[in-house]
Amino acid sequence: MTRMIFSGYGGQGILVLGEIVATIAMKKGKHVTWMPSYGPEMRGGTCNCAVIISDKIIGSPIVLSEVDILVAMNQPSVTKFLPLMSKGGLVMANSSLTEKIDDSNVDVIELDATNIAGKVGSLRVANMVMLAGFLKKTELFELNDIIEVLEERFGGSRSKDLIPLNVKAIEAGLK
Amino acid sequence: MKVLMKGNDAISEAAIQAGCKAFFGYPITPQNEIPEYFSRRMEESGGVFIQAESEVGAINMVYGAAAAGVRTMTTSSSPGIALKQEGISFAAGADLPCVIVNVARCGPGLGGILPAQSDYFQATRGGGHGDYYTPTFAPSTVQECWDMVFHAFDIADKYRTPTMILIEGMLGQMMEPLEMTKRPPIKVDKSWCVDGNAGKRPRNTITSLSLYAEVLEEMNFARFRKYEEIKKHETMVENNVKDGDKVAIVAYGTPSRIVINAIEELKNDGIQAGLIRPITVWPFPYDVFQSLPASVEHILVAELSMGQMVEDVRLGVNGKYPVHFYGRTGGVIFEPKEISQKVREILKPARELPPARVEMGRGEV
Repeated sequence: MTRMIFSGYGGQGILVLGEIVATIAMKKGKHVTWMPSYGPEMRGGTCNCAVIISDKIIGSPIVLSEVDILVAMNQPSVTKFLPLMSKGGLVMANSSLTEKIDDSNVDVIELDATNIAGKVGSLRVANMVMLAGFLKKTELFELNDIIEVLEERFGGSRSKDLIPLNVKAIEAGLK
Repeated sequence: MKVLMKGNDAISEAAIQAGCKAFFGYPITPQNEIPEYFSRRMEESGGVFIQAESEVGAINMVYGAAAAGVRTMTTSSSPGIALKQEGISFAAGADLPCVIVNVARCGPGLGGILPAQSDYFQATRGGGHGDYYTPTFAPSTVQECWDMVFHAFDIADKYRTPTMILIEGMLGQMMEPLEMTKRPPIKVDKSWCVDGNAGKRPRNTITSLSLYAEVLEEMNFARFRKYEEIKKHETMVENNVKDGDKVAIVAYGTPSRIVINAIEELKNDGIQAGLIRPITVWPFPYDVFQSLPASVEHILVAELSMGQMVEDVRLGVNGKYPVHFYGRTGGVIFEPKEISQKVREILKPARELPPARVEMGRGEV
């Protein structure tokens, strides 16, 4: 079982990032749950979702401890969720907006996601840069799995033209 | 093929596929995805979507659509469901089939928008005025939300009664893989409906008004004979209590899943407990408590409320076991370790128990 939290500012694409990861896992035959924090939030406010991937049926969809993977897109996310990590867990931090993480309990991968996204063409694909962390550090899925889900999820909509930009962002994160 | 879907979206699409032709709603968190979904999908599926002027307007539109013989639905969340009670009572009094979904939030009053199960009394005791009940289904997964919508429409049609789906905000908001299995609607005779007789049959009347005491009494008796049939044939429960389990934990909806984690935690410590999950909360599966394995010594009720289902569990237990309770409210959700801790406390020998106490903040009475 892999317990994950995706967290950042509202508008950074946190919820859809979690949804993409959950969808890929579902397509690989896993049990998954995706649970958003919902509350009176606004763009710029805090936002997070919990994703659980498991070979067995999942009980509680809530993740409040024993976090295996944390994707932290801003500093408040690190502050809030770092203490909830399981030993040896993986923290993917958007170092454009987070301070250096000094914690020997966890494995840390820092991605200059917001800056990389800016160079690629839009700050809004910073979430896609974070997916590179999964490709580098986990064996959960590969680049093709992401592209497949992006095409299914956005292929029919007005955002179709943005798929290449998203893929470029992931590739930039891999460099 | 499975799709990843929110509970709210699953309920909406299931309703459309179950043949719901008229949806009336009004915005309230955490069920807003439902009217949003219908607003997008209803027109292309050949049905009617109206965002009513209020919750009261919406439920009375449902009354009208049900009287006209079509499958119809309204959804809301706790304070909005409270507003609909008059209309639900009227629909029950006129024996109108319809489905009401409550994606519950915490209360009382406006309360907050976070999940709660404090509408249990309202859902299981009729809710409005007069002698009536609404069969109420409490799914615990997105898949079960989907399945229960088809079932709720079938039961509504089969018994000519409003039915209710009761979930908490958590299940409405969360996404899970969903197999969009279809099931054809049951075939029923709706010759009672008011869809324009064109002089071809005697005039039908749909009303809950009856000013002659003996007539109304007989209508109420007949309705309760129907409820007896529902109790006999439609009660649903998942009973996972096995021989060797010392504690049976009763929970419904998403919190029952948290209990599953607690039971696993306890198992690792050598403590055996099992889950009883009512799937219909009315009719309540009272009988399940009379045939539990001999190893069971205690019953624990875990709810996101101050202990509303406890009353039904006590009625079912009928003094056979001590009934304990653990709950959180206000939108706070208990963690598995809180439940497993409570089970450990229950199983402590009596002399080690601290004096009885009321700890209001923790909802533990």
